[in-house]
Amino acid sequence: MLKRPHYIALGVVILFTFVLLKLPSRASSNLKLAISGLFLPLFGMSGSLGELAENSSYSLLSRRELIRQLQWQHKTNQLSQLYFRQAEEWKRENDRLRTYFTIPQQYPFKPKMARVVARDPVNWWKTITIDRGSRDGVLTNAVVVTAEGLVGRVSGVSFAQAQVVLVGDPDCRVSVLVGDDKSREQGVIAPASSSPLDHALVDLSYLSRNSKLVPGQVVVTSGMGGVFPKGIMVGQIADFRSIGYGLYKEAQVRLAVNMNRLEEVFVLMP
Amino acid sequence: MSYELRFTNYDLRAGGAVLALMNWFNTIAILVVAYVAVFAQATFNESRHLLGVQVDLIPSLVVYAALSGGVLTFSLVALSGALWLDSLSANPLGVSLLPLFLVGLVIHQFRELILRQQPFAQFILGAGATAAVPVLTLVLLMNTQVQPLLGWFSIWQWFAMSLLGGAVTPLWFFVFERIGETFNYRPVGESSFRSDRQIKRSR
Repeated sequence: MLKRPHYIALGVVILFTFVLLKLPSRASSNLKLAISGLFLPLFGMSGSLGELAENSSYSLLSRRELIRQLQWQHKTNQLSQLYFRQAEEWKRENDRLRTYFTIPQQYPFKPKMARVVARDPVNWWKTITIDRGSRDGVLTNAVVVTAEGLVGRVSGVSFAQAQVVLVGDPDCRVSVLVGDDKSREQGVIAPASSSPLDHALVDLSYLSRNSKLVPGQVVVTSGMGGVFPKGIMVGQIADFRSIGYGLYKEAQVRLAVNMNRLEEVFVLMP
Repeated sequence: MSYELRFTNYDLRAGGAVLALMNWFNTIAILVVAYVAVFAQATFNESRHLLGVQVDLIPSLVVYAALSGGVLTFSLVALSGALWLDSLSANPLGVSLLPLFLVGLVIHQFRELILRQQPFAQFILGAGATAAVPVLTLVLLMNTQVQPLLGWFSIWQWFAMSLLGGAVTPLWFFVFERIGETFNYRPVGESSFRSDRQIKRSR
């Protein structure tokens, strides 16, 4: 039989759990961020140790290797500048046409680099924590990307950190476009039903039965929903099938970004 | 010649504080380790990359706390561990508290019947606790209208997590034993002198 202190402790814990779970979402979120702030010293220490290890690894590189890397970077930079000038020209043309046809202008986002400091310690969520917070101007629902494509959106912001919910989490559904310019189909990216914890694959659902899908087709954000801007690379079609007795189609999308190896990301600031 | 021990009020107060601190030492040590364990779970992803599973270290710590301390000790470990874990994850805050506490309560209730010094018993308890906590947490999560990522792969994750949790538990016992030996008072060795067998010489 349980003793009196056990009953008291059990009662207190049940009451406390009930109160915490019934807190308004805003209060709960603020409390969560305050508690996670207790880990800031450890995150700082871990970051400094990582930098130290990285710097010491640089000192081991030979001069020949450094020169080779510098030359390679120089070539890549020249190529990037060429693409950038081309893109600038296209942007000017795009702006002129938008003005001509009275389509509202698109305002470019300013990317801010952030370091991934933690991952969700629980197996049934796909979130990461980054080292940028409200002091850096990060807002809830800000879009997070890498050079390869879409990563997710900011779900909570504290003073120095922010939590990012990744594409493929049930809390991060993305409206996307797939197909060529003539027949673009719209669908929604949802967590993979067959292998839900393979970070590379997600489901693309709500496609019409007449969709012309081909493995390898590019999937980009549609801009619908107001969170993700149009045209961000999400991934490529890996496989597709008819479901609901052929009433509609569903596809598997291989994400462009390897979510397991995220180290640095860009937060798109408005 | 007789020796008399004289204590000032200050000595008594200081001694009392040290004694109280030593009584709380085990609890404080477990809480510090729980804090570092939650941080490690969030930052070290080797088991996630190798097996697709992140090991949960808090249930095994609750097992140790329930076997080595009182109600307050395991309740505090469950409370802090749950709040720290939920704050770094997408879990609703407080959802892990009740499962961790229930595991601690059951083990504490039957601790007189458990061979707590045996590594195999420690492994079984750790594995059982690590298996029970996610199941209870998911039951609570289903009632909070959030939709966690679950599928066939979750069964593998649950199995691997339980094994890893079980494997870590004897390690906690070893670590805390060493910490206790280092920082606690050493037990006074028994003297061979016995007053009832003292030879009294007379003229």
